[in-house]
Amino acid sequence: MKLVRFTLPLIAASVLAACSSAPGLDGQGAAVEDRSGAASSGVDSSRVTTVTADGVGGAGIAALKDPKNILSKRSVLFDYDSYVIKDQYRPLVEAHAKFLVANPTMKMLIQGNTDERGSREYNLALGQKRADAVKKALGLLGVAEGQLESVSLGEEKPSCNDATEACWAANRRGDMLYSGEF
Amino acid sequence: MNLRIPPLLRRAVPAGLLALASAAAHAQLAIEITGAGANRMPVAVATFEGENALPRAVTDVVRADLERSGLFKMVELGPSPMGADAPVDFGRVRSRGADAVAVGTVSPSGAGRYQIQVRLHDTPKQVSLGSQAMVMAPQHYRATGHRIADFIYEKLTGEPGVFSTRIAYVLKSGSRYELQIADADGSNAQTALASKEPIISPAWSPDGSRLAYVSFEAKKPVVYVHSIATGQRNVAANFKGSNSAPAWSPDGRRLAVVLTKDGQSQLYSVNADGSGVQRLASSSGIDTEPAWSPDGMIYFTSDRGGSPQIYRVPGSGGDAQRVTFEGSYNVSPRPSPDGKSLVYVSRNGGRFQVTMLDLASRQTQILTDSSKDESPSFAPNGRMVLYATEVGGRGVLAAVSSDGRVKQRLSVQSGDVREPAWGPQPRN
Repeated sequence: MKLVRFTLPLIAASVLAACSSAPGLDGQGAAVEDRSGAASSGVDSSRVTTVTADGVGGAGIAALKDPKNILSKRSVLFDYDSYVIKDQYRPLVEAHAKFLVANPTMKMLIQGNTDERGSREYNLALGQKRADAVKKALGLLGVAEGQLESVSLGEEKPSCNDATEACWAANRRGDMLYSGEF
Repeated sequence: MNLRIPPLLRRAVPAGLLALASAAAHAQLAIEITGAGANRMPVAVATFEGENALPRAVTDVVRADLERSGLFKMVELGPSPMGADAPVDFGRVRSRGADAVAVGTVSPSGAGRYQIQVRLHDTPKQVSLGSQAMVMAPQHYRATGHRIADFIYEKLTGEPGVFSTRIAYVLKSGSRYELQIADADGSNAQTALASKEPIISPAWSPDGSRLAYVSFEAKKPVVYVHSIATGQRNVAANFKGSNSAPAWSPDGRRLAVVLTKDGQSQLYSVNADGSGVQRLASSSGIDTEPAWSPDGMIYFTSDRGGSPQIYRVPGSGGDAQRVTFEGSYNVSPRPSPDGKSLVYVSRNGGRFQVTMLDLASRQTQILTDSSKDESPSFAPNGRMVLYATEVGGRGVLAAVSSDGRVKQRLSVQSGDVREPAWGPQPRN
C-alpha cells in the first residue's frame, strides 16, 4: 500500500513536469508532493493542509484573480443575435487557452448568456452557440476537449437588469469559469 | 370581476376563512378584461333556487366565466331565484334583453352533498336548449360553477368551453421561482415546484397529470417530468451541455427535447422516463422549440436559413420543410388543437407579437398590440391563446381570442408571471 501511495503522486508530478514547458508552473510538482506527504503521515490531526481541486497550485489561481492579469477577465461580449467572437476578444481567449494548455488538470465551464429580448428557448439555444463559439476557439488553440464544457443560461441569469441597450449588450456574453468557481 | 357575496352569506363564512383568503390574495392571479367581442350575446344567469345553502353563490362563478370569455354580455335579473323546472316568465327575461337564460335548483342529496340541476332556455323561441344535473360537495362550488359555464358555453356556441381547465406558469418573486398551477380563471393557484434557480418551458402531458419543464437547479438546464398530484418527478434529459424545450407527443409517451450533447441545439425525442433517445432532425444551426401537432408533425424554430424561422418535420423524423417566410424573426410555434393554424411570436419593427398563421390560406394576423410577447399557448378548444407579455416593466399573462378581438390580462400584485401553458380538458 505504501508503494502505491507514493507512486501515484510521483507519476502525476512527473507528467505535470513533462507538460510544463510554460513558465510559472515550477510550483506544480511541489504542490502535488505536499499533498502526498500530508496523506501518508496522516497522524497530526491538528494540521490543516489546503487542497485545491484538480491539483492546481496557488500561483495559477492567483493569476486568475489578479486584476492586472488578463486571465482575471472572463467575459466575451457578443453582438445582437450573433455568436461570432469579435476580434477585440481574441487576446483574452488566447490567454485562457494558453493557461488551460499549461494546466491540463484545470477544467472550464463556459456559460453562454443572452439579453432578455425574444423567446426564452431560442435565447437558450443562442446562449449555447455563444458558449460553443468560445469552446471551439479554445479547442483550436490546443485546449483538450475533456477540459471544456459549454452550457447555456439563456436570458435567465442577466448580469444587468435594466431594459437599456447598454444593459442588453452586457448580458450578451460568454462567461469562463474555472474549476472551483461553478 | 369581484365575486358579489350577499351580506347574509358573508356573515356565514367563518372569519378565519376570510383572513386566509385575503392572505393568499397577493399570490392570486387577478383577471382583467381588456377587450371584448364586437357582438356579445346577451345572456342571463338567474339566481338558482336553493343556492344560498352553498358557501358562495355558484351562479357568480358562472357569470364571471361567461363574461370573461368576451362572447357574452351578462344581463342582471335581480335576486329572486328561478328553479330548473319552474315556468319561466319569458316576457320579463326578454324585457331585460336576454337572448338566453339559465335557471337552476340546488337541493340536498344526502351525506352533505348537493344535487344541482341547470336548464338553459332560448328566450325569443321560448324553448329549452337542454339541461344538466350534477352532484357536488359544497366546497367545490367553483369547480361546479365552471362545469355549468362549460355547459352553457357549449349549448350557445357549439364548441366545448374551457372554464374547467387549468393553466401552469412560472411566478418569479425576488430570487424565488415557483412553478404554479391555477384554474383557468386564475383562482386556486398552487405551487408544484419552488426553486432558487430559474424554471422555464412547462408543458402539460396530454392527460393533464404531468408537467415536463426545464429547471436550472443543477446549475444548467435539465428536463424533468413531474407528476402533479404526487409531486414525484424524474429526470427526462440530462446530457452533457444543455437540455431544454420539452414537448409531449399526442399519445403522451414521448417527449421531443432539445439537446446539445452532440454539439449544437438539435431536436431529439426521449421516452418520458428518459430512455430511448433518438435524433429527430439535423441541421448546421439552431433547432429548438418543438411542438407536436395533432397530425403527428413537429413544428419547431430553426435558424438554418440564416434567421430564426418556423419549420416542420414528421414526428418520426425526416426532412424539414420551412413554414414561415415573412420577416426575420419568427419563433415559438404552437399548432392549434385542430391542426389548421399556427400561433407564434414574430418580430415586427422591434416589437415581439403573437401572430396567427392559417396553414391552408397562408394568411397571417398579428393578434396583439403589445411588444414583448412570449410563449403562446392555445386553449384546448382553440378559441383563445394564452401568452406572456410585459406591462409597466412587470411580467404578466394575457389571453387573446384567435380572431384578436377578446383580450384578458392576468397578473399578480407583486412579482413577474411568465412561461404560461394552457392545460388540456380535464378527463372525467
